Amino acid sequence: MEYGFTIAAYVVAAILFILSLGGLSGQESAKRAVWYGIVGMAIAVLATLIGPGQDRWLLSLVMIALGAGVGYQLATRVQMTQMPELVAIMHSLVGLAAVFVGFNADIELGRVAAAFNEAGHAFPRPEEVTAASVAFAKEFSGFAAIVAKKTAVEITILRVELVLGIFIGAVTFTGSVIAYGKLAGKVDTSAKKLPGGHMLNAGAAILSLLLVALYLGGAGMWTLLLMTALALFIGYHLIMGIGGADMPVVVSMLNSYSGWAAAAIGFSLGNDLLIVVGALVGSSGAILSYIMCKAMNRSFISVILGGFGGPAGEQMAVEGEQIAIEADGVATALNEADSIIIIPGYGMAVAQAQGAVSDLVKKLRAKGKNVRFAIHPVAGRLPGHMNVLLAEAKVPYDIVLEMEEINDDFPDTDVAIVIGSNDIVNPAAQDDPNSPIAGMPVLECWKAKQVFVSKRGQGTGYSGIENPLFFKDNTRMFYGDAKASLDKLLPMID
Amino acid sequence: MKIGTPKETFAGEARVAMTPDSARALQKLGYDCLIETGAGAAAGFSDAAYEEAGVEVIKTAAALWKEADIVAKVRQPNETELKRLTKGKTLISFFNPAANDAGMELAKSKGANVIAMEQVPRISRAQKMDALSSMANIAGYRAVIEAGNNFGRFFTGQITAAGKVPPAKVLVVGAGVAGLAAIGTATSLGAITYAFDVRPEVAEQVESMGAQFVFLDFEEEQQDGAATGGYASVSSPEFREAQLAKFRELAPDMDIVITTALIPNREAPELWTEDMVKSMKPGSVIVDLAAEKGGNCKLTVADEKIVTDNGVTIIGYTDFPSRMAAQSSTLYATNIRHMMTDLTPEKDGQINHDMEDDVIRGATVTFDGEITFPPPPPKVQAIAAKPKEAKKELTAEEKRAQEIAAFKQQTKNQVGLLAIAAVLLLAVGLVAPASFMQHFMVFVLAVFVGFQVIWNVSHSLHTPLMAVTNAISSIIILGALVQIGSSSVIIAILAALSVFMASVNIFGGFLVTRRMLAMFQKS
Repeated sequence: MEYGFTIAAYVVAAILFILSLGGLSGQESAKRAVWYGIVGMAIAVLATLIGPGQDRWLLSLVMIALGAGVGYQLATRVQMTQMPELVAIMHSLVGLAAVFVGFNADIELGRVAAAFNEAGHAFPRPEEVTAASVAFAKEFSGFAAIVAKKTAVEITILRVELVLGIFIGAVTFTGSVIAYGKLAGKVDTSAKKLPGGHMLNAGAAILSLLLVALYLGGAGMWTLLLMTALALFIGYHLIMGIGGADMPVVVSMLNSYSGWAAAAIGFSLGNDLLIVVGALVGSSGAILSYIMCKAMNRSFISVILGGFGGPAGEQMAVEGEQIAIEADGVATALNEADSIIIIPGYGMAVAQAQGAVSDLVKKLRAKGKNVRFAIHPVAGRLPGHMNVLLAEAKVPYDIVLEMEEINDDFPDTDVAIVIGSNDIVNPAAQDDPNSPIAGMPVLECWKAKQVFVSKRGQGTGYSGIENPLFFKDNTRMFYGDAKASLDKLLPMID
Repeated sequence: MKIGTPKETFAGEARVAMTPDSARALQKLGYDCLIETGAGAAAGFSDAAYEEAGVEVIKTAAALWKEADIVAKVRQPNETELKRLTKGKTLISFFNPAANDAGMELAKSKGANVIAMEQVPRISRAQKMDALSSMANIAGYRAVIEAGNNFGRFFTGQITAAGKVPPAKVLVVGAGVAGLAAIGTATSLGAITYAFDVRPEVAEQVESMGAQFVFLDFEEEQQDGAATGGYASVSSPEFREAQLAKFRELAPDMDIVITTALIPNREAPELWTEDMVKSMKPGSVIVDLAAEKGGNCKLTVADEKIVTDNGVTIIGYTDFPSRMAAQSSTLYATNIRHMMTDLTPEKDGQINHDMEDDVIRGATVTFDGEITFPPPPPKVQAIAAKPKEAKKELTAEEKRAQEIAAFKQQTKNQVGLLAIAAVLLLAVGLVAPASFMQHFMVFVLAVFVGFQVIWNVSHSLHTPLMAVTNAISSIIILGALVQIGSSSVIIAILAALSVFMASVNIFGGFLVTRRMLAMFQKS
């Protein structure tokens, strides 16, 4: 059974997906780009339902409708501050689906082989194929039909592919669930490892390889199941070992994995669209991870292996004390300032303070002050997290600037306000070669005339590193919940 | 600590370094304020007004100098005043350190810390303490007012029942702070204003104030003038000739000429020659703001107003700010107050003379028994600006060479990677069957396209990108859809579950992306 039109539809869908990703280069074209993606997906699903997936189409439709309902609920209920969690949990679904589809492929393989044996035909298809065998193969439908035509080498490759798909899918599944737990605060966010650390991961990986070898040698279903269990463990343990501050990298890495899993499954099912889209998603996630790592000046490997590397020597002691300031002091400084730069971080998201920040900015801008935002590439828990939050609060995106665009402007700035960020404004990254974050590019807010830090209390940030910024002469600590502090500040701006 | 302001001793000086308003602000910094009786009288601030602001009025200058820990004044202190300084006292004042070695020696021997207001570095952070600029602003304004006072006609043109009045034509030479202030004042009074400066890049500022910039037909040299780092410099003889020729052409038409041309550390250049004065109409007025440095017009007599034989008035006053003592005292006192704010980071009434701070360091001329003038170049610049300058200094050829080298390196890398990739692909192709290679080709191309496309995604859209890629990674649904029809129950169940999960993702992912993107808006 060949479905020429299905392939044609897949080509159209693939092009639409590429356009969709390409369209995200600008805010305006992005709105169109999403429609490309939606239409592409609709075409792909419809073409499959009409073509090779037409059996039990009613069940398919029901399941799609159910999924649509749940998805709609999730998407409309989620707070913008919970975006990282949502993205993480959705990755886990793709991972799990990849595992299921992979298993199905293996079961189908076994069934086809059994059917061939029963009928007395050789399977996998030998070099000298008999006409009867070919005719028998034609009786299968769907995926089984593809399998029935394969030769021995092709079957081996098929198995390698589906093992890969299942392995990556399983790692993605547990990894995403743990990432979700950490982001939602349901799992302890600090880097945790079971005794044995990386050796445990390495051992599990080696064992998985052995099991794969056994499986390819025809050892049966149990090897596959055991390998899946090991992959699930690796995903769990890998992400448990990564601290909360590295979550942007983790999320984009899992995004990448879910793509590679889809691509591997695409190979085993012989479905080119799956391969194309999987590869697109995989490379997208890989590039995002790379950008995030570069922004933190850390190698991808060190992030994946978890936690910050131990300090290379004695860290510089921080001298001085943190000087607190009340809302009226901040208000006076803001009223006098002409240029203001706001540096938001994860703390702003946690306190849901983006609306208050937006109000403050509106008020200050109405007075003719130059107010801008400086966004560090790894601010928040998701790539571009802060941009989304500020956009939600209706902050115009042309005053939201990237680190490179704005870092040189701090010396000419009257007031810099740090709201809930810590490591990304840590001068130790530049001054202290022994600091764990030494060399990471940071926002040089301490060069502004005055710095206000809105912070919950005196504790250290996610990475647990002392921040000398808080002890600088021109820094004042504005303690308290970010939203409450800003609400107190707002009426004093005149 | 106590901060005190004595009465100015210089004859005719009407300004005062502390006003009741600035005293209130200083008290907020934690200081007690003192003032010599009658110090503000000439500027219109009575002792009673000071007392009301919580300032202690001291009877004599001697008592004030003795009691105050910090003395703020306007004019360069004379010897008697300097002798009243003691160790640890701080003096904030104009000091003219470049030509006041004796004063610095004296202050040093007394162990006092002296901050010279004219030494405040001209960086944006220090603008609020830049007393030179605030005084120049007043001088420019006052120059126009003085000119109008001595000019027998309206500034603005009028057609009245009694006849037609032509508008006055004003030429401002030198568009620094004073020049720009003069331009603004003259245009707002209704005069037709022309302005000239050797730096053609200020033309935009001049035009923004409502004046016409006078361009010379001397392209080449004008550009040279702009290359000297923003400051006016000595011009070449050819340039000077072109400039004077232009002035000569303008002179008969001009009613009022205001010259403000100064070159740092030099005598004022002669720009308005005797023959130009002669060619001007009777009743015209020249205000020479450079009179203190010899004047831009050689006929100018410092501190005097003279009338030439052909009836042109030349004003050479050097005390314009003092002539507007209320205004200039207010601004100067505010400059002082900002200086004190920087000196008192804790707002606890204790001076913290931070010699690491560029602004404070730059303005301090004696500190702790040492003469600290001239100051080292500001370290902010030294750190931040140097690497950039080094880059800019590359010549065009060097840049080209670098670009070519970078391009070659890039080409090498690319070709190298391509070669490795090709070998790997060939190796795979040797062992794998053709059916696999077909899919593999699709895969490699898709990865390639992905890399090309994703690099262009803007940083702020990374979260929507992840949501979209998440949504489309549920393309795995196709696999499940194909399997759902299998006759095996387990397969059908697993596939149905997969369809469900992928579908959650598709709808959730796309919806959430649309929600996010709808929020991005331009101001």
